Amino acid sequence: MPMSDTTSTSSTGTPTSPAGVGWFSALANPTRFLALSGRIVPVLAVLSVLVLVIGLYLSFAAPEDYQQGSTVQIMYIHVPFAWLSMMCWGVMSLAALGTLVWRHPLADVSLKAAAPIGLVFTGLALATGSIWGKPMWGTWWVWDARLTSVFVLFLMYLGIIALTRAIDDASRAAKAAAIITLVGAINLPIIKFSVDWWNTLHQPAAVFRLDGPTIDPSMLWPLLIMAVGFTLLFFTLHLTAIRTEIWRRRVQAMQRIAARRAEGRTR
Amino acid sequence: MLDLYLRDLKLGIRAGGGALIGILFFLAVVTTIPFAVGPDLNLLSRLGPAMLWIGALLASLLGLDRLFQADREDGSLDLLLLASDRHMLALSVLVKCLAHWTASVLPLVIAAPLLGVLLNMEPVALGAATLTLLIGTPAITFIGATGAAVAVTLPRGGLLVSVLILPLAIPVLIFGVSASYASVTDPAPFLPPFLILCALTLVFAVVGPVSAAAALRAAQD
Repeated sequence: MPMSDTTSTSSTGTPTSPAGVGWFSALANPTRFLALSGRIVPVLAVLSVLVLVIGLYLSFAAPEDYQQGSTVQIMYIHVPFAWLSMMCWGVMSLAALGTLVWRHPLADVSLKAAAPIGLVFTGLALATGSIWGKPMWGTWWVWDARLTSVFVLFLMYLGIIALTRAIDDASRAAKAAAIITLVGAINLPIIKFSVDWWNTLHQPAAVFRLDGPTIDPSMLWPLLIMAVGFTLLFFTLHLTAIRTEIWRRRVQAMQRIAARRAEGRTR
Repeated sequence: MLDLYLRDLKLGIRAGGGALIGILFFLAVVTTIPFAVGPDLNLLSRLGPAMLWIGALLASLLGLDRLFQADREDGSLDLLLLASDRHMLALSVLVKCLAHWTASVLPLVIAAPLLGVLLNMEPVALGAATLTLLIGTPAITFIGATGAAVAVTLPRGGLLVSVLILPLAIPVLIFGVSASYASVTDPAPFLPPFLILCALTLVFAVVGPVSAAAALRAAQD
């Protein structure tokens, strides 16, 4: 039974990397990573709760839109969800590069752990968007460029999740998922610029523009704080998911060893 | 390289190669839709390009999982991988894709005008739909090679290939259909979506084989 890179390094102890490669490859040792992330996760969790509470308070205190009324408050969660759905694929693409180029043993764990989180954020972005769209556009869903491309992103997350769970050999699954992730990264610029390239119902970019944001500061600040809060939440969840996956692989490896021992005893 | 092309072509056309199944499936899809939407000729001629494209997309996805699996079973995939120091592996994959396209997708493109006549499409729309199919379907095969290479070691990879590839094939579908519609409807110009379709095919002709080659190497060790 082939073991994944992670379990094999964890069972042998420290990886045989030359000294002075840097902290990034030092993190390749799962034990060291677990120790460090164990300290970071609680801090991140507290910070994200704090920022989200402040952001929620500010976004409810923010002025109502003169046209949209109180429904504009959906923006403060919809926009961060949409940003994060793309950022998560970005993180996964970096992890994919880590798997294929640097062969960092934790990169594939990171990719596998990020996919379900990204799926949830994308689903939430689509759901909040359609709840917002019903009173504003009069319809739950239109097949316009941005909605369609985000929906494609949703499908790609599903595909990656299916792929990582269809192959039992962890390192082989990681490489396959990494390749598909990198190919799928083509979709990211398409989503970002879809509203500029095609005339669609979805409004064009209002925050990240070359000529500065066109959104009023009284609404921009709560939005940015919410975005920071959800980003912190994402990293909290992502690190936790990576830790869970490492523990899961260790348990699997131990079960294999135990099974092998039990087999030896009966024989 | 030419030998590889001819070999794959022969294997594809022979009985059991799957070329015939693809075209039968295409016929089945296109003839089922009139039963579902009703025999209204005006409606059918309006839906025509979309139906041809959906049929072609599904039919070309159908045979994709066999692209590398048959070669893996008889060991010739290993030979291809071993020969990769003489030929770039991506190039071999490209040639295999072209052969697969010629054997199992080109017949669909040739059959498309005939089916279009049955669907009461105008001659201009028919020509445009066939042209977009001719230009666009290679893109599906190229990007499909990536999915096929990723799923080559899986026992039942067929469905997974379609799930992985479908999102990436959607842009091809969108621009193919919009170009064919643009040829009939007046205000929309035909050329921009058609040129984007050409660009998509060219991009996928690079991205598909290169990533498929990487996936095949990864599946090897």
